[in-house]
Amino acid sequence: MSDVQYKVAKTVREAASLMLAAKGKGRILAGGTDLLVQMKSGMVAPGVIIDVKKIPEMTTITETKGSFKIGAATPAAVIGEHKKLKKTWPGVVEAINLIGSTQVQGRASAGGNLCNASPAADSVPALVAAGAVVTIQGPKTRRQVPVEKFAAGPGKTTLKPGEIVVSLTLPARPRGAGDAYLRLIPRTEMDIAVVGCGVSLVMKGDTCVSARVGLGAVAPTVLLVEAAGKALTGSKLDDAALDAAANACSAACRPIDDKRGTIRYRTKIAGVLLRRATAIARDRANGISHQAH
Amino acid sequence: MAKIHVTTTINGAPTEFLCEPSQTLLDVLRDNLGLTGSKEGCGSGDCGACSVTIDGRLVCSCLVLAPEAEGAKVETIEGMAKGDKLHPLQKKFIEMAALQCGICTPGFLVASRALLERNNNPTETEIRFWLAGNLCRCTGYDKIIHAVLDVAAEMRETAK
Repeated sequence: MSDVQYKVAKTVREAASLMLAAKGKGRILAGGTDLLVQMKSGMVAPGVIIDVKKIPEMTTITETKGSFKIGAATPAAVIGEHKKLKKTWPGVVEAINLIGSTQVQGRASAGGNLCNASPAADSVPALVAAGAVVTIQGPKTRRQVPVEKFAAGPGKTTLKPGEIVVSLTLPARPRGAGDAYLRLIPRTEMDIAVVGCGVSLVMKGDTCVSARVGLGAVAPTVLLVEAAGKALTGSKLDDAALDAAANACSAACRPIDDKRGTIRYRTKIAGVLLRRATAIARDRANGISHQAH
Repeated sequence: MAKIHVTTTINGAPTEFLCEPSQTLLDVLRDNLGLTGSKEGCGSGDCGACSVTIDGRLVCSCLVLAPEAEGAKVETIEGMAKGDKLHPLQKKFIEMAALQCGICTPGFLVASRALLERNNNPTETEIRFWLAGNLCRCTGYDKIIHAVLDVAAEMRETAK
């Protein structure tokens, strides 16, 4: 880890300029819980480390007309302590709060989890279900992209040279909305998802009027399963609709076989988690709260 | 490569140090400042032996770059006892033998204090989840959890 420069960016534009000037050797430092591990293991050898934690826009949570904007470098612990955000998007917040230990939560960010581009990233399926939008700053201009279009493959993003992630925006919630994220791990804490499933619903009485489903760890990137959302929308979340949505989740899976789970197992579990997460999201839409642990 | 000059506060004392850009806070605490209470177990944020707080937030100092400490308030295990007077958690860990080899102990103490500062009435489950990032390879977890429960009860009694 020698010959590295450490720079503190004061503005988003400055951070983007530094990234561009680093010519591919720049790395953004938010919480560092991925970056430092990767540097120590020799996976990456940055020329310039750009600390973005002094940029207010990247480290704060703001609400405008019911829509929340989460600065990309906001620590997970800070996100978990935001009462109104947690009440509005309990699934998104519990997904972010599943990343690592208390110590990791003190530093790790949703923007970092997204940019690390792991197919098993816990926050991403919940953000996909929520319809989150990523704000990206380039050297000259800003652009926005739906969160499900951000990753290009394991460890790879669609960011262009000099681009950095600034924030994640969650849309305003209508009445009767609820979301949930569930992951399967073989233990109770501190593990990587075998499958992760985020569900976001809007209910009108007994009927689901809108649904989005995000699936993690079953493909090279986190998936938006549109067919599952469609199967739930317009239904009373009865067995037939849940079967159709679970089947759509399983059909969308293109997983790998590894020590965490086989292709067959992951494909089956995707449907199981869809049912369970939908039940929690529906309860929340109906005002029944669920605790994470 | 030029070294970076960092001005920070460690355990209440204004502190300055020079570091390499890629040096971790843990390395500076141990090697530059002689504060060897924080331990390096894994070096990858899994074991919690290097736990410190930065501006009140519990973190692994092995995953913090030393230059990031600029302007921050860092609390380490060395700041826990006031002179000869041990913190209630330190006393209780000794009393209940909540340690064996002791390598994980500074991390557990710093992490437990951070919990009790936020929540003086945690359930056993809450303590276990909070401390899930602190590994004890002697597996003395039960005694540690019970020590924290006991201290919390004493703190509530004192606060009455």
